[in-house]
Amino acid sequence: MLGAKLYLAQRLTALLMAPFVVIHLAVMIYAVRGGLDAAEILGRTQGSLWWGSFYGLFVVAVSIHAAIGLRVIVFEYLKLSGVALEALMWFVGVVLLLLGMRAVFAVVG
Amino acid sequence: MTDSANSSNDTPSTRPMMEVTVFRGDDSAGSYQRFDVPREDNQTILDVVTWIQRHADPSLTYRFACRVGMCGSCAMMVNGKPRWTCRTHVKRVLIGNRIEIAPLRNLPVIKDLATDMTEFFEKWDRAEGKFHPTLTRNDDIVPVNPESAERQAASAGIECINCGVCYAACDTVEKNPAYLGPAALNRAWTLINDERDGGREVRLKAVSGDGGCHNCHSQQGCLSYCPNELNPTLSIAGLKRTTAVAALKGEI
Ligand code: SF4
Ligand code: SF4
Ligand code: FES
Repeated sequence: MLGAKLYLAQRLTALLMAPFVVIHLAVMIYAVRGGLDAAEILGRTQGSLWWGSFYGLFVVAVSIHAAIGLRVIVFEYLKLSGVALEALMWFVGVVLLLLGMRAVFAVVG
Repeated sequence: MTDSANSSNDTPSTRPMMEVTVFRGDDSAGSYQRFDVPREDNQTILDVVTWIQRHADPSLTYRFACRVGMCGSCAMMVNGKPRWTCRTHVKRVLIGNRIEIAPLRNLPVIKDLATDMTEFFEKWDRAEGKFHPTLTRNDDIVPVNPESAERQAASAGIECINCGVCYAACDTVEKNPAYLGPAALNRAWTLINDERDGGREVRLKAVSGDGGCHNCHSQQGCLSYCPNELNPTLSIAGLKRTTAVAALKGEI
């Protein structure tokens, strides 16, 4: 059900997400404590290649990681398998990616 | 176990008794039957089952061979936990004055306490749990250094008696019928670390499929119950690491 490649993809994305979460939280706390409001934050993120790639990569990692994780849970508890399971995994991954990218563009674009 | 070993001088009515419920039936239909079994100072679960068959119901079906923890054929669920019954003492597992004995979990039941272990053994094969020789009998014996890290890793896992206790304890086996299970994967890991073996690549592929090592959730049910105190979880972690590196290098 979970082969070496999906396993590897999930571990590598986890490896990526761990520092991303820490950076995200740290910057958020820093920005809010510094008294920045939403407009000021947007002013700094919009057009920033750095924040665009940071959150873009974050969203890609989350989509892959979550889709594979859900695949395991759905297989074990809802007994879905075969093509239906593959389809569900891809669907979840793509939807997360689209929603995430929409948010990234809203903040950076 | 002889009759004399299991009886005391007390008359049956004064001997302390315990309440034993035993699964009777097979996968299609079954229920628990109650027996009152005399308690002894030194008594294993296998003694209890044998007493029932000899004194209460000769039609009770169960499996054992060595009675000394060598053959791995006597495993059953005792009060809901998988155990080797020939070396499980009643006084260690008694709850109140009761014991519930059932066939090993995650395996088809043939009858009563005897399970069909075909699938369990076939998975050893599927995990390439067999030795791939690289030499013939005409070659010289190659010395193996017992201190090497590989040999130590292999030696840590070789005392498996194929009892199926870990297989019964594993929730992933329950949820994913294709999962090769802790015993087969532990065996595969010992062979990966056997420098005389030549089957590394086929084995890494075999443990990376749909039922492979990557499905293990590392919750250590196997480790908690293995009567020989082996650590299949650690072996499987080794397989995950090795296959991940091999996949990154494009070897599998
Ligand atoms: S650690 Fe892995 S093999 Fe062991 S019981 Fe848990 S899922 Fe099964
Ligand atoms: S690993 Fe332990 S519990 Fe599993 S089959 Fe071998 S001896 Fe039994
Ligand atoms: S009868 Fe052989 S291990 Fe229990």
